[in-house]
Amino acid sequence: MTQAALNSSPLQPVHLEAGARMTDFAGWSMPLRYTSDKAEHHAVRRHAGMFDLSHMGQIEVSGPQAADALDVSLVSAVSRLKIGRARYTMLVAPDGGILDDLIVYRLADQEFLVVANAVNRLTVLDEITRRGEGFQAAVVDRTPHRALIAVQGPEAARILGPLLPIQLDQVRYYSATLTEIDRVPVLLARTGYTGEDGFELSLPADSAIGVWHTIQAAGGADLHLCGLAARDSLRLEAGMPLYGQELGPGITPYEAGMGRLVHGDRRFVGAAALAERAAEGPRSHLVGLTGTGRRAARQGYRVLRDGDPVGTITSGALSPTLDHPIALARLDRRYPPGQMLQVDVRGNLQPMEVVDLPFYRRPD
Amino acid sequence: MSIPADRHYTKEHEWVILQEDVATVGVTAYAAEELGDVVYVDLPEVGAQLTAGEPCGEIESTKSVSELYAPVSGEVQSVNEAVTDNPEMVNEDPYDAGWLFTVKVSGTGDFLDAEAYGELTTN
Repeated sequence: MTQAALNSSPLQPVHLEAGARMTDFAGWSMPLRYTSDKAEHHAVRRHAGMFDLSHMGQIEVSGPQAADALDVSLVSAVSRLKIGRARYTMLVAPDGGILDDLIVYRLADQEFLVVANAVNRLTVLDEITRRGEGFQAAVVDRTPHRALIAVQGPEAARILGPLLPIQLDQVRYYSATLTEIDRVPVLLARTGYTGEDGFELSLPADSAIGVWHTIQAAGGADLHLCGLAARDSLRLEAGMPLYGQELGPGITPYEAGMGRLVHGDRRFVGAAALAERAAEGPRSHLVGLTGTGRRAARQGYRVLRDGDPVGTITSGALSPTLDHPIALARLDRRYPPGQMLQVDVRGNLQPMEVVDLPFYRRPD
Repeated sequence: MSIPADRHYTKEHEWVILQEDVATVGVTAYAAEELGDVVYVDLPEVGAQLTAGEPCGEIESTKSVSELYAPVSGEVQSVNEAVTDNPEMVNEDPYDAGWLFTVKVSGTGDFLDAEAYGELTTN
């Protein structure tokens, strides 16, 4: 068994006490579910859910030239970010292939936090360090000493508000601010991966259990503890890509439908390859598919049009909110919404329709 | 979780109650827990001939798909349509209301008793 080699979150004792079923995710032992995937999913759509995301990489980039070090490392010019704002962007290889998708928060003029996927944390750390050589910037992996807690759902602001000395309506989407809960300094960001309003809190690892319990007590019955299974079905309904499924080294931001992230006409690793790809057009397309019935199309299943293979499913599930199958697929060409395709579900051809993303959009 | 002692088990995490030559088949609480929320159950049709150890259906959860293996050989006599309509019954009551199908038995595979099955699932 490799159990002993797994990283564990500072919140691990809380999860075990709550009876969570743990899973190995990117080398971390993290909660897969506490009770039921569907109940946790619905809780986030209807009320609120709290997730432990301490497996995610938290990399601090600081110094007089921190912005320059990040600008040459990433496809977006994060030097254009105002203090207190965040940006979703990508790290690509020299050939333009995606090495990670990540969020950069500008905490101060000379200080940034990069939140990376757990599986790519060391790649991001190494690449930013190497690409930033020669700039006056320090790149430090804070992950072992930090926790990350997400509170997501329509009730998230109502639950967190009274715990904070600030007005939450002043924290806009994709903004972040330094504040405190229980006198613990936290970086509070209005970001998430569920398609709902919500917040992500970065805080010192040794204070994580106390803050977790404080939020749990404030949320009461309206706040469910949620695992990675619900996180995955929530992000899929929201049409958000997952590294390793929709994103990976074989494709560029253009194949992921994320060309808008690329700020061209500047120097960064992968710029030339991406300029070329922008000119010639993407080599494949990421699309949403919906079906009828209850059989989900899953990762790796073939997509056909009139019997000819046209692509592959990258993620799929029976949508808990919509109650029909939804899937993301990588296809060889762009098909318009309404186009009927077929998915080979273990030998049965199931009709699925190309649709616009996201599958689910929260009510205003 | 307690494992009922009134029936047989298989290594594929199914349970079998034999009454004369009719077997009632379901999946264990351990299997239901491993799967997570069951969202779709594909059962063999009434009249289908099953061979012990061969796949005979599918059970699908939010996260994964697992094959059902016939624990006995014989002809399918009935299927639990309540479960095909409400697959969550497999999670809620795997050992009773969540039964899957019955078979008129012509031969059996290898069974474990409750104790041996318990050992299998705690290791």
